[in-house]
Amino acid sequence: MIISLTKDPVTIQKEQDVVLFRNRLKEVAVKIKMGLLNQTRLITASSEIVRNMLRYADGGVGLIEIVSRGRDNGIRLTFTDKGPGIADLTLAMRDGYSTGKSLGLGLPGSKRLVDEFDIKSKLGEGTIVMMLKWTK
Amino acid sequence: MSTTLYKVLQKKKKNILEYWMSLQLSDDGLREDLITNEDLRVQSEELVNALIANLSEASSLDLQAESWDPVIEILGGISITRARQGFSPRETGNFIFTLKESILQVLNEEIKGQPEVLFEESRKINRLMDNLSVITFETFIKGREEVILRQTDEISEISTPVIRVWDGILALPIIGTLDSSRTQVVMESLLQEIVETGSGIAILDISGVPAVDSLVAQHLIKTVSATRLMGAECIISGIRPEIAQTVVHLGIDLSNIITKASLASALAYAFRTLRLEVRKSNIVAPKN
Repeated sequence: MIISLTKDPVTIQKEQDVVLFRNRLKEVAVKIKMGLLNQTRLITASSEIVRNMLRYADGGVGLIEIVSRGRDNGIRLTFTDKGPGIADLTLAMRDGYSTGKSLGLGLPGSKRLVDEFDIKSKLGEGTIVMMLKWTK
Repeated sequence: MSTTLYKVLQKKKKNILEYWMSLQLSDDGLREDLITNEDLRVQSEELVNALIANLSEASSLDLQAESWDPVIEILGGISITRARQGFSPRETGNFIFTLKESILQVLNEEIKGQPEVLFEESRKINRLMDNLSVITFETFIKGREEVILRQTDEISEISTPVIRVWDGILALPIIGTLDSSRTQVVMESLLQEIVETGSGIAILDISGVPAVDSLVAQHLIKTVSATRLMGAECIISGIRPEIAQTVVHLGIDLSNIITKASLASALAYAFRTLRLEVRKSNIVAPKN
């Protein structure tokens, strides 16, 4: 059972918001005493998704939550956008696949960087990405 | 506008100014470091004159009316200058609030014994001054935003220096996030410097980059490829342990690029490539 302790939504509209979001996330991560490595992993993973949101969906909202399960604390991030959606999720989650001209590592890479990862997408409606990282 | 009000104000203009000045000078937030008392007096006098002249002539208290433009202009000018000089919002706000206070004070002295008239006139003055306060704040914030914009420009200009650490070796410390526009600037200045100095080795130091995601990595790879096309070798230094692990997890392949943990080891590598040697000399350095 995962309980959400705080909720902090951040609107993402322009490129500078990537830095703003990362700094917010960093503050929260420091607050719950997440180690430097896990911090960097989570921040990098979130940075991938935020950039995707900006590039393909023209922005969206990133929700930062401190969650707890039993004695573990962690951070759950939920990114919601109203973009065009992803046609083939299996393909999108494959290394090296990109519809843009990028490396194609954003989605599969960020999945590897966090403890839990979930992506839902509906064509024409938008995409929701959830990721969770425990402090240890 | 009733005749009583502006007659009173016109007659008592001097009193209003004096009272206002005394309020401002006795205020805790008086910033003698930012503005001299004489300048403050000149500013205040200008505003009082314009305001009262307008109260007397203009029939309407509607700030949208054209006749109010000069007052708004003076007020806007004052708050923008204050924003640039570094006044706090409270100090700027007090400037206009104490003016209201002094007008109401004079009004109170003049229309004694007629509470209803006093109330009616005070209300008008209140409404007017509140609107002027809102304008003050709007322009104040606009002034602050201009300052921020200018600083943003300055930062992006100063943040990409190319340093000649040795003959044939360039170093480029990158601080902050590497986005597309930044990469463009970095690449341009680096390639330009390679041409100008004829350097064979460039060191990109990313100690100051907080996070390396796939986009940043892609930008780095592009910069390295462009440098190679120019016939120079590019070393990436300043890779922290947590960044190294993250890059591996992301699945980014940087194996074609020479990477070093610190600028010092990158420099040592560059020296070796250029067949240079740094060693301790046996000759004792002359004392100054």
